[in-house]
Amino acid sequence: MMYDFLFQFFAATAILAGVIMVTRKNPVSAVIFLVVVFFATSGMFLMLDAHYIAAINLILYGGAIMVLFLFVIMLLNLGHTDSEDLRGPFGGLIGGAVAIGFLGLLARLLVGDAPAAASVVPAGEALRAATAEQGIIGVVARPLFGEYFMVLQVTGVLLLAAIVGTILLAQRKHA
Amino acid sequence: MSQSLGLAGLGEPGLIAVFVSAILFAIGVIGVMIRRNAIIVFMCIELMLNAANIALVAFSRMHGVEGQIFVFFVMAVAAAEAAVGLAIIIAIFRHYEVVDLDRFRLLKW
Repeated sequence: MMYDFLFQFFAATAILAGVIMVTRKNPVSAVIFLVVVFFATSGMFLMLDAHYIAAINLILYGGAIMVLFLFVIMLLNLGHTDSEDLRGPFGGLIGGAVAIGFLGLLARLLVGDAPAAASVVPAGEALRAATAEQGIIGVVARPLFGEYFMVLQVTGVLLLAAIVGTILLAQRKHA
Repeated sequence: MSQSLGLAGLGEPGLIAVFVSAILFAIGVIGVMIRRNAIIVFMCIELMLNAANIALVAFSRMHGVEGQIFVFFVMAVAAAEAAVGLAIIIAIFRHYEVVDLDRFRLLKW
């Protein structure tokens, strides 16, 4: 009961803050509401038995990346309201069409008879058993450093490329 | 009712999470459509990546831990993308003194 209520609270907070974030004219308040979205999302991750993902979502997204966004907004002095920001009726029309399309898809999922999933593990049981056996970190770290080790290495190369690219892009040309 | 959803094994919270994921993704798409400020468009892209993460975590509850591994890699790519994207925005701002996407039409016909 408490679990369901809390989960629905996090879900509603995420959607509400997302809507507010898209409609804010001031970039700084948009960043603040995006942080609220990430906090609510982390709550949902926590309740879906993804403890490690919840932690790095808070630290990496809610902390590091959002601070980076705020830093760029303040560095470029964009922290003021700009009424030119929202597109005219044409953009609104496309946005509304996309929203109606998505809501139609969701409604179809709710009322239509989609084929039932063939065979599924009871929700959360396998994951909870693995977490009890290997611990919160171990359940993610074991496949990461075993089966997906090559992917992890490639991700490291990608991050290195991103570092080099960022320095190259952001440096002054005549320096 | 949940039998007709094709997501029967997901449980009630998992089902809500998939719906929240779809709605947040739609909000992100709408944001990209209706905003001109490059930084806010970029934040909407982050919102869409986050929506994908919610769906992956919800399904990882049903299919094993691989979904969380994918979320880990999505986050790594998103961090790299944020750093490079913001560097591009800074470089563009230095040139044009604005971050209005309608003003950048070098690659548009």
